[in-house]
Amino acid sequence: MNGARVEFRGLRRRFGSTVALDGLDLTVEPGELIALLGPSGCGKTTALRCLAGFEQPDEGEVLVDGADITRVPANRRDAGMVFQSYSLFPNLNARDNVSFGMRVRKAPTAKRHARAQELLELVGLPSVGERYPHQLSGGQQQRVALARALALEPRVLLLDEPLSALDAKVRVTLREEIRRLQLSLGITTIFVTHDQEEALSMADRVAVLRDGRLEQVADPATLYDRPATPFVAEFVGAMNHLTGLVSGDRVTVLGQTLPVEGRAPDTAQVDVLVRPEAVLVTPVDASGAEGDGIVMVSSFRGSTARLRVHLGDGTEVLADVPGHDSARFAPGTAVRVGLVERPVLVSARSETGAATAVPEPDVV
Amino acid sequence: MASLTPQVTTQVATGTAPARGGRPRRPRVWRGVVLVLAAVYFLVPLIASFVFTVEVPNQGFSLDAYGQIFSAEGFGGSLLLSLGLGVATIVLVLLLTLPAAVAVRLGAPRLRPVLEVVCTLPLVVPPITFVAGISTVLRWGPDYLATTPLYQTMIAVQNPDFPVVLVLAYVVLALPFAYRSLDAGLGAIDVRTLSEAARNLGASWPHVLLRVIIPNMRSAMASASFLTLALVLGEFTIARLLSFETFPNWIYRISGSQAQVSVAVSVFSLLITWLLLLALSSAGARQRSGS
Repeated sequence: MNGARVEFRGLRRRFGSTVALDGLDLTVEPGELIALLGPSGCGKTTALRCLAGFEQPDEGEVLVDGADITRVPANRRDAGMVFQSYSLFPNLNARDNVSFGMRVRKAPTAKRHARAQELLELVGLPSVGERYPHQLSGGQQQRVALARALALEPRVLLLDEPLSALDAKVRVTLREEIRRLQLSLGITTIFVTHDQEEALSMADRVAVLRDGRLEQVADPATLYDRPATPFVAEFVGAMNHLTGLVSGDRVTVLGQTLPVEGRAPDTAQVDVLVRPEAVLVTPVDASGAEGDGIVMVSSFRGSTARLRVHLGDGTEVLADVPGHDSARFAPGTAVRVGLVERPVLVSARSETGAATAVPEPDVV
Repeated sequence: MASLTPQVTTQVATGTAPARGGRPRRPRVWRGVVLVLAAVYFLVPLIASFVFTVEVPNQGFSLDAYGQIFSAEGFGGSLLLSLGLGVATIVLVLLLTLPAAVAVRLGAPRLRPVLEVVCTLPLVVPPITFVAGISTVLRWGPDYLATTPLYQTMIAVQNPDFPVVLVLAYVVLALPFAYRSLDAGLGAIDVRTLSEAARNLGASWPHVLLRVIIPNMRSAMASASFLTLALVLGEFTIARLLSFETFPNWIYRISGSQAQVSVAVSVFSLLITWLLLLALSSAGARQRSGS
């Protein structure tokens, strides 16, 4: 199985008055796993459905290995898809579900069954062939759906939030297995998700979409460390907004002066965007000077603890400290707050004026 | 009809709940009262009919009336005609409504209320109005059209051996029942995802319908078929006014001369209907419990 190159060119799609895709341009390299990430309504699922043939773009085209497939009917597209909701045919057992596509192509029964068994083994379910969908757990159903999608050796694998209906533990194991399988098969895979953790942990590259347009496409580390836009910065990972003053290519924030990452805006007053792990906090000992703020909440997460610190001027800052240190930062502790010495991202001050910490997203 | 079994299970569930909670038993008493009243309402006419058929004056108990059913002139012919009309109606009404219901669900969800209203209209139009319209159309036919295919078709649909015109009329009458059963069946499965999954695996639209939708709609289709069959077997007005001797019309004709036999036939046909219903609901239950 060799991966194909997939290209979206100027894809536009509108539903009534809402614009789902507003000129999406994206190239997926052969054998790559790319995650389409974004809030609901950003167009990520519509893009995938345009590739699967379930939606027709109003403008633009979809190319697979250079061939325009925009007008090819869905049943001749050679792309395997796993759906968000359970999509196994309820009247067929797991084996017949997996061999459905081969049956459509009129493959002989013996060959079909052998191949179905092979695929069920591949997804780690060698002995469920005779079971019907309602006799399988959610995770098992999605594994069978994955086997079914791979049965015809498609050139592209499409995953439309396949893990969102599963519970947290199954989600993590299954996403690791999908990645392992994808790497061993070398199949070009497009994974739609609204879960940033899923996107960052599985994908070769992550494409962040907003209002039907591509905000940034980059490997997970770049996306996290060097978000191209404030939207990406806020959407991926937790982010602090602190008030800063720009002069030249440096910015003064929390009493420290740090270099600005990228181009500094023209305005003097800016939002400085800082990750919680780039915030340094130290407890103020009894004899020491006054602290900068007080720990309000401390949530322990094992290897780290995330603190919510209330600064003197009313700003809230999120800060990560090592988990074994968390006892020193009980709520009520006075702390000094500083930043790690490295370039910081700044954005023009938002209209509301208040510099607030972004509400913490669910990060396991 | 498909809802028969679930209703039964709900009753059982609610029946045990108060007992477990230690609540007073009054609801149970009321249930009993309602049940008895309903039973009286339905059973008294039935028992009366049965007694009438087996009670021969001055002779006492006799099942002769039932024996005479099968030898009565016209019984087999009219029953076969009605069954044939029933089967043809079922085939036609399913061919019409199933693809329409699927298409509306997948392609034009906004048209669903429209389709629902259209399919319910036959319930509002009285059969007498309906048949008056049909017979007016059938009577129309100026002589100069006598050699045209149109005229010949008009004649052919009125063939007393198999009056196609009745099938067409019954399809309209059966629409509300068939559509509602099928729509409920479609609501129970995720038609969109299932058909997209099948399309994604290379299936053409006819293949999706035959191999994915229909197999998962068996109990809804059985229920639509049964309601249609029951309707055709019992329809009197239209067949009577168009002068075709279907089963109900045969019962009506012999009731004039052999009252006992005609009531015996009624009881007999009720029994057959019940057996069909029983077979259907047990088939539906089997499918639900996972074939």
